[in-house]
Amino acid sequence: MPTKSTSNPTKATRPRRPAEVDISDTEQRPMGRKKIDLGEIDDLSILNEHGEVDGSLDPNLPDEELKKVHRAMVLTRKLDIRMLNMQRQGEMGTFAPGLGQEATQIGQVYALEQKDWFSPSYRSFGAQVWRGWPIEQLLLLWAGYFEGFGPPEGVNDMPFSIVIGSHVLPATGIAMGIRARGDDAVVVTNFGDGALSQGAVAEAFNFAAVYAAPVIFLLENNGWAISIPTEKQCTIRELARRGTGFGIPSIRVDGNDILAMIVANQEAVQRGRRGEGPTLIEAVTYRMSVHTTADDPKVYRKDDEVEQWKAKCPIVRFEKYLKNKGVLGDADFERIADECEKEVLTAREVFRKRAKAKPREVFDFMYEQLPPELQEQKREYFAKLDRKGVE
Amino acid sequence: MPQLNMVQSLNLALDQNMAADDRVCIMGEDIGVNGGVFRVTQNLLDKYGEKRVMDTPLAECGIVGTAVGMAVYGMRPVAEIQFSGFTMQAFDQIEQNMARLRNRSRNRYPISMVMRAPYGGGIRAVEHHSESREAYWAHTPGLKVVIPSGPRNARALLHASINDPDPVVFYEPKAVYRAFREEVPDEAESMEIGKAEVVREGSDITMIAYGAMMRPTMEAAEDLADLHSIDAEVIDLLTISPMDTETIVESVAKTGRCVIVHEGPRTCGIAAEIIARINEHAFEYLTAPVKRITGYDIHFPYFQVEQHYLPDPDTIVESVKEVVGWE
Repeated sequence: MPTKSTSNPTKATRPRRPAEVDISDTEQRPMGRKKIDLGEIDDLSILNEHGEVDGSLDPNLPDEELKKVHRAMVLTRKLDIRMLNMQRQGEMGTFAPGLGQEATQIGQVYALEQKDWFSPSYRSFGAQVWRGWPIEQLLLLWAGYFEGFGPPEGVNDMPFSIVIGSHVLPATGIAMGIRARGDDAVVVTNFGDGALSQGAVAEAFNFAAVYAAPVIFLLENNGWAISIPTEKQCTIRELARRGTGFGIPSIRVDGNDILAMIVANQEAVQRGRRGEGPTLIEAVTYRMSVHTTADDPKVYRKDDEVEQWKAKCPIVRFEKYLKNKGVLGDADFERIADECEKEVLTAREVFRKRAKAKPREVFDFMYEQLPPELQEQKREYFAKLDRKGVE
Repeated sequence: MPQLNMVQSLNLALDQNMAADDRVCIMGEDIGVNGGVFRVTQNLLDKYGEKRVMDTPLAECGIVGTAVGMAVYGMRPVAEIQFSGFTMQAFDQIEQNMARLRNRSRNRYPISMVMRAPYGGGIRAVEHHSESREAYWAHTPGLKVVIPSGPRNARALLHASINDPDPVVFYEPKAVYRAFREEVPDEAESMEIGKAEVVREGSDITMIAYGAMMRPTMEAAEDLADLHSIDAEVIDLLTISPMDTETIVESVAKTGRCVIVHEGPRTCGIAAEIIARINEHAFEYLTAPVKRITGYDIHFPYFQVEQHYLPDPDTIVESVKEVVGWE
């Protein structure tokens, strides 16, 4: 490409980016109308709702791994049900249940190691527990105790951000940092079908692609963004197509199929580690429960739609698979369910002991050092607490 | 000591910090090959390479949001927004993440980053290129807001901002970029964020300004002394947030009068905040109401008339005479 003459003599010697890519498109274009190949998107299903498995695609995980995954999914469901129960009894604030999305949750973090990063949206407590967040801490978080927000020691996770899609750019930035530093960690960030309408998410896709950032965009297409069904959110059915337009290898996966989720997750993690950039995984699943506990889905969706999805339960089909494989049996399932329930109840006891509001800490995380004006405001606030007799 | 203009002194601060600390990286639109539309980042791509001098896609929200993530990963990004008028595109990430992540993560992820942007009028530019909306960021908990007024303090304050453990919005008065030169020492120099500077001592009135408004304010102060026998004390605010209340109060307690000059719209502007603090801490010393000389609550006018919008020395002189003559 010829460079224009310039007053700055150093300009011609400067590196160009993208390196040596000729975008001048000076070749004579052939006339006519032809189809453009926009790349193919795989649709992956390994374990169907009847518990049948495609043996050629089965990742054949070791029994111990299968048991671990199964237990995590059951624990996620038990926790979900218990939290809803606690919320209805006034022990918990508004929270966003993830019922029916257990395979999506565990599958998206399965292949991550400790050095990797996870930046979730708010409907992700199953994945957070897998990553090392103590259950009692998540209970504290959803019950309104701010101490629940601090990521546990040794866990490279971001606290979730409530504004839809607002966490996806920082997650991409972490991956850009990994890439700039030449490290081999990867980042998983999840969001829903609603988030796909946010401009910031589109910007994140583009930045990730341009910088070949090792980030996995885990799009949980659960059919609903509060009351808006996916078909009203956008006009394409296969949301994974949003990735290929940005030059991101993308795949559509049965999000209720834990085996397909794990395979897609492993492939994406390996791509990221090899320096091949981002991947978009569209996990097709369904929000079986309310958007949040402040929501009544009967206003906008029919019960029979929910019933249809009940038949696609990710845990039921995985248990059929485990049984057929001889890894676990009915007695085991009952025992594991009891153990998980007990684990949740034990965590609830710890939560109840720790559930103590700390009104005096609200100035503590604003700055490294509190500026004089804020010190003054803190004194004023403490005086108010003193007057009210609040510890 | 070399004589540098503000563009050169900012470049020096970036260069020296990048040389001293490999966590420091810069990113923004046209900042690499092109050296920035104002040339603040000139030659840095050659010196530090593409991994640390990142020409980004054209997306301000993306720039700030990904810079936040890089800060989480332990880098020290300095993100350039080409004009402060375009920071509105990034409002989302400034508010949701840059300002909040330290708190949201309970100190686990302090966001040590700088968002630089040229601000203010007077360069005959098109719409959205002349705004002075620092009040937005002063109103946002979790941020610091720094606005230098000359080459030397610009260099020292950018050095301090890059090394600050908290996120800094660094607004550069583009009308001053090439307006004058100052001696800027070769060796790295820093200034404390949160400290205003008394740049002219006086006894009759306190004049407070910052950024590009320091020049008309200083000119007015000299005219007031020469032509009207009014001895003004002038404070260069330098940091908008956290504001140096102590220096302001000390001066107003001495002079008993005050005017405040800024380009941004008046309502809920920085001057309003300064007056509130004077009210709270120096009310008993006041001998006249405090006056604001500011931009109006209108959109920044198109460039053939911008000189009438911006506070000028004559208007400042007249306002000071009013305050001093108040009975």
